[in-house]
Amino acid sequence: MEFFFQQLINALQLGSFYALIAIGYSMVYGVLLLFNFAHGDVFMVGAYIGFFVSSALLGLNIFGALALPLSVTLSLVLVLTLIISMALNSIVGMLVERIGYRPLRDAPRASAAITGLMIGIILETGNLAILGPQRRSFPELIQSATINIAGVSFTNKKILIVFISILLTLALHQFVRHTKWGMAMRAMAYDYVVVPLMGISTNKIALMTFALGSALAAAAGILYGVAYPVLDPNMGILFGWKAFVAAILGGRGSILGAGLAGFLLGFIEIFVATIFPSTMRNLIAFGIILIILTFRPHGFFGEPFSAQLRL
Amino acid sequence: MPLLEVHDMTHFFGGLRAVHDYNLSIEPGQIRGLIGPNGAGKTTIFNLITGIYHPTEGEILLNGEEITRLEPNQIADRGLGRTFQNLRLWRYLSVLDHVKMARYSKLTYGLTGAFFGTSKRVREEKATDKLAMDLLELVGIPHLADQIVTNLPYGAQRRVELARALATEPKVLFLDEPTAGMNPEELIQMMAIIRQVHSEIGMAIYLIEHRMKVVMDLCEIIQTLNFGEVIAEGTPEEIRNDPGVIEAYLGKEVVI
Repeated sequence: MEFFFQQLINALQLGSFYALIAIGYSMVYGVLLLFNFAHGDVFMVGAYIGFFVSSALLGLNIFGALALPLSVTLSLVLVLTLIISMALNSIVGMLVERIGYRPLRDAPRASAAITGLMIGIILETGNLAILGPQRRSFPELIQSATINIAGVSFTNKKILIVFISILLTLALHQFVRHTKWGMAMRAMAYDYVVVPLMGISTNKIALMTFALGSALAAAAGILYGVAYPVLDPNMGILFGWKAFVAAILGGRGSILGAGLAGFLLGFIEIFVATIFPSTMRNLIAFGIILIILTFRPHGFFGEPFSAQLRL
Repeated sequence: MPLLEVHDMTHFFGGLRAVHDYNLSIEPGQIRGLIGPNGAGKTTIFNLITGIYHPTEGEILLNGEEITRLEPNQIADRGLGRTFQNLRLWRYLSVLDHVKMARYSKLTYGLTGAFFGTSKRVREEKATDKLAMDLLELVGIPHLADQIVTNLPYGAQRRVELARALATEPKVLFLDEPTAGMNPEELIQMMAIIRQVHSEIGMAIYLIEHRMKVVMDLCEIIQTLNFGEVIAEGTPEEIRNDPGVIEAYLGKEVVI
């Protein structure tokens, strides 16, 4: 039983990363009918931004001067790192939109997909060229501790990662459901042409969509760094593809759907690995997803979009 | 001074001349009609003036300000609202949300308001709700406010589109075949609504129609378009008796 609960929290942790990244894929698809294939690498960039921001913050003398207990200092650094990196990475996302995708607004969707793949390669190789091939180790922002709940012990890191990612998912869901910008995003998903006639700039809404998705990807990157403190330029590739699959599974355009599917993917992977040899993990996990999609091609929460609605 | 002016507007789609030397001048509060056979370029003219396409040549002035090259959202901000011939609604949004959406560019609450529900945001959202409900009242569908638009009958969907266009506070309202696909009863209701909207709000209206009864009853001035060119302009009486118009619609009289 204890083993089961520990695997459960492992699955939730892995699912957290998939969920946060999948939401970025899903939002962009929902609003612009575009798969942003650079998103996995935006996650990687977010993790690196988090690495530099946290290292810089830890190097500041101000924390030494304040003479706070170490755990308080580290928590403060974690929160600041999250906020600053999310803001910086949203700028990265907006640049991707502005430079990569906006010129292709009226082009066939395949052109945009190819551009996305190229932007991804540029981000990976750019990182390699500028920072070199060595891996970076993410600073330890949470002091490991073990929490015991009803006889099952968890590390505090895992709990915090799951908590933060659920919180961000729900916050974004609220934002999209209940604010004027979120409403404009949803309207764009249904009919793009009339939104400007309401006095709303679709370019601004597109930028905002990319900014929000990239901010969440940065959060995923930092939490990833907390969990597995090794960063390398290609870390976004496999994670990005898996999160993309989660976005499809959740239903394109649905935030909660993408979040839930991200966690589901985490569960499938972890529990497949406990039953079968771990070399077969991805094979079996994605086989299961293929079967699910055969029966639910729109995913769990997707509304059947028709592409002809759009420009 | 006219409210909306179009001077010598010409538009090509590739090699095809869709609109040729089009001129228009709408006075505040006027109701104007645009008629013509299918494919004459009527909807293209609407798309050109509201900024969905940019004309190849010519200029468009609203209140004396040139709006020819502005983006559709900037043009909407300056006071042009419209509906579409084949409805363009957001399928899974409610009726009320449609009308509120048209107000969102006028709300000023910021990101703090979005995440923490400041009193300013609550106030603005409330005012928007009220205004949206008033407009639904005006077009006669307040009881449908919470319905998802896909589930509504056609006539009601047209009213949603009208309320949404009104919510942008247009100085000139463009109606692209507001009675298309309606049965005779819905048609009479829609004409009454257009009249009432006009008398209560008093904006100028420019409408495309195929049904002569609607155009002749509502409009002060009518333009007739054929192959992208204006072939006649005048009062309903003048248009009815214009030989060029009759020819465009019915073909040349054959004398044996």
